This record gives sequence, C-alpha cells and structure tokens, in this order.
Amino acid sequence: MRYAMAIDTLKCVGCSDCVVACQTENNVPQGYCRDWVKETVNGLYPSVELEYRSERCNQCENTPCVRTCPTGASFVSDGGIVLVDSDKCIGCGACIESCPYDARYFHTDGTVDKCTFCHHRVSEGKDPACVSVCPTKCMYFGDMDDPESDVSIALKNRSYKTLAPETGTKPQVYYLV
Amino acid sequence: MQSRRKFIKISSAGAGSMMLPLSFPNFFSDNEEDVSKFKKIPTYCEVCFWKCAGWAYVDNKGDIRKIVGNKFDPHSNGRFCPRGTGGVGMYNDPDRLKQPMMRKTINGEQKFVNVSWNEALDFIAQKMKDIKAEHGAESLALFNHGSGGKHFGTLIKAFGSTNITAPSYAQCKGPREEAFKATFGKSVGSPEPADIINTDCLVLLGNHIGENMHNNLVQEVADIQDRKATIITVDPRLSTIASHSKYWLPIKPSTDLALLLAWINVIIERGIYDKDYVEKYATGFDELKNHVAQYTPEWAEKITEIPAEKIKKTAWEMAQAAPKVIIHPGRHVTWYGDDTQRLRAIAILNAILGSYGREGGFYLPNKGKLPKMPHPAFPKPKWSWKEMMGDKYSHAHYSVANAFIDATHPDNKGEHKLKGWFAVGTNLTTTIPDQKRTLEAIDNLDLFVVVDTMPAEICGYADVILPECTYLERCDHPRISPHREANFAVRMPAAKPKYLTKPASWMVKKLGNRLGLQDYFPYDDFSEVIDWQLRQIGSSLTDMKQRGVKLQPKLNHDLFIKNGEDYKFKTASGKIELYAHSLEEKGFDPLPVYTEHEKPAKGFYRLNYGRAPMHTFTRTTNNPNLTDLMDTNNLWVNSITARENNLKNGQEVWLKNQDGIVSTFSINVRVTERIRPDMVYMIHGFGRNNKMLENSYGKGISDSELITNVKIDPVMGGTGMRANFVTFITEQPRKEEAAV
Repeated sequence: MRYAMAIDTLKCVGCSDCVVACQTENNVPQGYCRDWVKETVNGLYPSVELEYRSERCNQCENTPCVRTCPTGASFVSDGGIVLVDSDKCIGCGACIESCPYDARYFHTDGTVDKCTFCHHRVSEGKDPACVSVCPTKCMYFGDMDDPESDVSIALKNRSYKTLAPETGTKPQVYYLV
Repeated sequence: MQSRRKFIKISSAGAGSMMLPLSFPNFFSDNEEDVSKFKKIPTYCEVCFWKCAGWAYVDNKGDIRKIVGNKFDPHSNGRFCPRGTGGVGMYNDPDRLKQPMMRKTINGEQKFVNVSWNEALDFIAQKMKDIKAEHGAESLALFNHGSGGKHFGTLIKAFGSTNITAPSYAQCKGPREEAFKATFGKSVGSPEPADIINTDCLVLLGNHIGENMHNNLVQEVADIQDRKATIITVDPRLSTIASHSKYWLPIKPSTDLALLLAWINVIIERGIYDKDYVEKYATGFDELKNHVAQYTPEWAEKITEIPAEKIKKTAWEMAQAAPKVIIHPGRHVTWYGDDTQRLRAIAILNAILGSYGREGGFYLPNKGKLPKMPHPAFPKPKWSWKEMMGDKYSHAHYSVANAFIDATHPDNKGEHKLKGWFAVGTNLTTTIPDQKRTLEAIDNLDLFVVVDTMPAEICGYADVILPECTYLERCDHPRISPHREANFAVRMPAAKPKYLTKPASWMVKKLGNRLGLQDYFPYDDFSEVIDWQLRQIGSSLTDMKQRGVKLQPKLNHDLFIKNGEDYKFKTASGKIELYAHSLEEKGFDPLPVYTEHEKPAKGFYRLNYGRAPMHTFTRTTNNPNLTDLMDTNNLWVNSITARENNLKNGQEVWLKNQDGIVSTFSINVRVTERIRPDMVYMIHGFGRNNKMLENSYGKGISDSELITNVKIDPVMGGTGMRANFVTFITEQPRKEEAAV
C-alpha cells in the first residue's frame, strides 16, 4: 500500500477550496494552513503561461523530517503517510527546517502540524477532504500499488512532474502537466 | 451644509459593548470523525446567488462543524466552492450585526443607538403609514438581493407597492437578458442554460469562469477539458480560464463587438453557418448578411489588435463544432453602455451556428414548481416602476435599480417619487456606480431601512438597521431554479439565531401585524409555509429534511428542439429575430453597429475589475474563513506600465480617476504579465470603509468609488462601468483630497 495524490495543473483554477476544506476538516487554526495554492507565471504578455498548484506535504518516500526528529514524533504510518504524534512532539522545529517544501508549521498548541492526507478519512475509505470537495475534480487520490486506483490511472495516462525532485525525497504528490 | 444623513461609523454609541471575542468552534478531531454522530441539516448556500444546495453538519453541542454539497443538487453536484465550504464564517463572523439599531441625534450628534425590536419595528411601521398618507404606498421601494429580500417583497406588495428592484439586473446581467429576449423571445435566466457538458466549443468573452465560481458551470468546464473540447477565451487579461484555453485572444479593451461582428462576417461569407436551422427558425438573415459585409476580419484586426487570421481560424473552429458550440452570454455584462447590442451579436452568432435549443449549445430549461400558500390578493398600486421610468429604457423587462435612485433624487421633477427604501442584503453604494448620486438620493428619503447580516457600508446611511440572521440560522422560500431537470431545494435552520438577530420572515410578519397586513403572513414560523407547500405535492418537511433536494420529473419537457420540429420562438414573428424588429420599433439599431469607446488619456489606464473564487463582492470580504484565503486586493500592472511609472512590485499606491476622485485607501502593486499595459485590474469587494468591519476595514481599494463615468445603456438602463481610467499616486494624498 502506498498512498499518493495527483493534481491536474491544467484543470486547477486556484480557487483554494482545498485549503478551506482542510482547515474546517482538520481544525487548523485561522491564519494557518496545511495546504495552499501557488501561482506561477512565465513569459511576457501576451505569450504568458500560468500554472496553479495546490501544494501540501509530499508524503515523501525518503523523509528528512522523520530522520531529523529527535523524539520519534514524526513517523511513517500505514500507506507511507507521514504523521506527527503530538504527544511525543517537543516543538523543536528540526523537521520544519529539514522539509524542502515548507509543509510544516507550528500549531498554536506548540506542536508541529502538517497535512496527514486526511489519514482519519482515508482509513474509512474516503478521499482526503481537499480531494472530496474540489469543484474541478482536478485531484486524484489512491493506492499506487493498485493499478486501478484513481491516482494510478491518472499517472498512467498523463505526463507529470514532482516538486524539487533534486532533493531526493521521492515525493508522492504528483502534478499532471 | 452637513447632510442630515451623515454617514455614521457604526462602532459608536454602545455597539462596542456587543463585540464578542471570536470563538473558534471545535472542528473534527481524529476521534470525532464518525458522521453518524452529527445532525445533517439541509440548506442552500447564500454566500452567492448560485444558491447551491448542501448539508450543514451540526455536532451534539449545536456547533456547525462543516458544510458540504448535496450530491443530488444540479447546482453543486455534491461539491461546494470555497465560499460555500467557508460559509460557516458568515455564522461565526465576530463583526456581525447583533441587534437592531436606530439613527438618533444625541447632543447635536447623529449616532446609532441599540434599540429593541419593538422600538425599531414600531418606528418603521409608523414611518410607512406616514409615507402612505402623504405620498401613497407606491412611494415605498425595495432593493433586494437574495432570499431575505423575497420576504420583504411580500410585505411591500401587501402594503401596496410593486416598486421592487435588484441591482443584479441593471448592474450585472440585464443586457444579456434583453438581447436574448429580443433575439430568441426568452431571456437567459439563472443559472444560464448553456449545455457546456456536451459542447465541443466554448467561447467566452470577458467571462472569467473559475475566478467567478459559478459552481456547476465551473465543474462542467473542467469536465470538457478532459475530452479536449475547444475553449476560446477573449480577454485583455490572462484570466485563469484563458490560460486553460486552446485560444486566448488578448483583445484591446472595449472592442469586443468588433470581434463578434467579424466572426459573424466570416461565418456568413464562407457559408459555414447552419443553413437549415437559419432557414427554418430565423428571420432577417439577408439584412444581417448585408449589414456585416462591412465588418471584415481585416477591419476588426485594426480595432481589436487580434490578427485577422486568428479571427478566421477561431470562427472556423466554432463552425466545425456547431451546433455543439456555445458563445456564452456571460454574467456581469454592463461594460460600455452599448452592452445590449454586444450581447445581441452574441445571440446572433449562436443563432447562425444553430446552437440555441441544441445539444452542446443551449438547452431549454425545466423549472420546478411548488403551489403557493394562499393569501389575500395584493392591492393594485396606482403606479409602478414602469410608469416611474416612463419612456426611458423601453426594453427593460425588469426594474432598473439606478432608475429608482433617479426617482428618489431631489432633481426628480416627475410625479412618481420614492420616499422610503428597504435595502435587503444589498450593499448599494458598492453595487451601483456613481456613489455621490446614490447618497444624494438617500438624503432625500423619509425612511431608509437596511436589513443585513453584516455592517455593510450601506448600513451607515440607514435610519434603522435590522440584523438578519444568516442563512444557516433560518428557513426561507424553497429554491426553485431552471435547470436540466425540474427541481427544488429547501433550507432549514442548522443553528438558533445568534445574538438578537432574526430571520426576514419574522421581521415582515411583525411589521405586517403593525400595519394591519397580518393575513399575508399566516404562520408563526416560516417552516409551516414550506411544509404546507410540500404537502400539496405529496412530500413534507420531514421528507425533505432527509433529501434536501427533490427532482420533479413529471414537470420536464424536452431539453432540445427535435430535428425538423416546428418550434415556435416567443418573439412576435415566432422565429429567431436576427434582425430585431422589437428594437427597431423603439428606435434602436435592429442590428448591432460597432461604435468606438472612450480611450484613456496619457498617463491614465483603464480600470478593470473582477472576481476572485473565494469572494462574493463585499458579502464575503470580512468572512474570517475566506479572508484567510485572500484578505485584500492588489493592483495588477504590466511590467511595461510599472517601468513607465517607476512602480515596483508590492509598492503601495493610491489611485485617482479621470474625474479627480482619489481612492480612500491604498493598494499594493502586483507587477504581472497577465495583463495588458493599457489597463489595470483589481478584485471587486475590498476597500471596506466601515470601521465595524474589524477584519477588513481599510484593506485594499474599492473599485466602486472610482467608477464615476457611467455609460447608461439606452435600451435597458444598464450602467456601463468600464469606461473609467486611473492614474497612480505614490505619496499618501492629503486627507482633503481623499474621496468621501
């Protein structure tokens, strides 16, 4: 089992529904977020290209955050989902420093928080909140080991990229281009 | 001279004592994810006019935890947009209106004072009686937007006036309604019956789908991208949808009609129009053909700055796809004052491609129906907005909000005058351009009541402010809207009204009691009316609490005109009128004629404005959930323009328009290649100037205050708002220069 997400940049309109859905689903305090939308503009008017990317923890295969955690609070859970055990977290911030994606933040409760791929929903067989709400259905989630999963099919049919592949983290959030 | 109705910053006179700290509701934690623990209440969203149906989830403490779409609803298909998902922020907003307030003069100073509901309603009822005695009931008017306004509509009609208006006509979609009515005999309606899901070619002019988050429309556009349908987007700005389109035509602003006429020219000259369809269903083709002969692509290239070859190529794409082609009418189309004519060109283009009434073009919508609970007949008014408008705007089939302002203004020398206003859920000064004139009209009123959930700017000019509870705390008339399948949706309260807020249905009943109109409001709670309506069709409130949305298949007719069917259009001729006799009779061009529009003076740039997916005008720009996503607007400026004016990315500027109006607040420059050098762009709805809006006060600029050059559409009274030009001010202007 290997959970992954694929996001179609050619369909995403950058509406940020994924962000507000995550905030309400996961009790993210106002002013913070576990996912966010980035806009990239290339070229000169009128030869311009625009890309929106809904970004979050990449649930890496190779996890600098888990390696640098001194207490074992950051760990790899079932399906490769990286989680933080808030009881063990001492809020030292080493994981935040080590993440090339800036995906972790200090929660108001003093521990580190991040995207969980909505582990609580996924374990009930549901999609993460962001995926379930997206009006353009530009996000696909599922098990990479299952060739029939939404994410496997999306990646089979399209070209894609990952973010900062040069860091060697082997991200499991893919962007369809 | 100080105005009698000086704007009052509402934070004075005791309102401060009502301010409560923002309490964060406890959302789901991992051990509370079992949905069976939560109550599921049907609602339809009121964050925008699309009114998607969904479910509010409430925990056992009574907190609204989240709102999600109803999968049986054709507006949402089970997925809400960011505003709907963040709708709970309307309920939790700490800056909400909390209790009735009245304008009172204390020690010579005007203040808003908290009052009881009885005092507020007694005052309003007495003023209404006074207006009726002195000027007649017809002098009372309603401006409305949204579900709350419908209840006040009943009150106004029972009182004896039919002067009801909504800025959504003359400030937004009116021109397209009249253009389609003149051409096809039927206005467009909302949601637009564009069969996007089945189209092969979608053409958008200044219509930024995805930035305007019209939910099922956005969903359908995303779906057709999967099968590589052609999207052609005409916009001087690289909008989100422009970036997703096969063709982006970066048009010179204000020249869209030239492009449309050239497209019609190419399609007719090349003979690639739908000959059978035009012959069977349309009249005036020969006149159209002769008329557009002058509008060649080469002619249009010089005007629009779009190469003639690209005009021909895109016309060919449309014809290839026809009849599965949609030249979308758009929604906010009041731009330059000849908007009905531009929309006529859109209607004509659809007609010659045979897309109207055809699969992948425009469907013929079905509409749900619920019997109305009987009440006494409304009294017949002596005059209505039709008489009030007289010969002006002869093609307006709906009332024109700006004409209501004219009728209220002291310079109205006619016999039909308005003396009392209710504004329900509409922030008039940011909605209707030429704020100065609106305020002069308000100053001339005997009674001005504002009903809202938030201390919108318009509240500052009211005599009485009535705090409405949010859509999550009330029930309203079922939502009945045209769609592919006849359907309706219900809304029930997910929580008790916070503070001293009340639903509009309660307010009008209490006013009705004071005015001797109680028979028009035969309920204690409005849910009784809904239950009665549902029982007439074999359903009930209990049933609908489980469903939220009900389809009514028995009411459905065919969505499309059948091949060879003798379909009669609802025009005078029974045919599609390419040549519009109805316009000619009133002295307007029966075929659209291109006219040049004003251009910016040196050093000035055209001011354009639009939507962000997470905001609905000023309605959401204080919502804590949605301001978390976007809390201000910025000013889009091309790098060439930035260089010319020594502007840097992120720099703070103020704007001055062609009439010398300076923005109240500042805005940060965003240098971007997504915009033409001859214009600037901002998101509408920011620059809030009511201090009671603690979360949004003073953030960004309001485009509305800079729109003072208003181009009135003579056909239907629409207010063209895109003929305004601004220049940059880099030092903070002295206060006396700032706009009031």
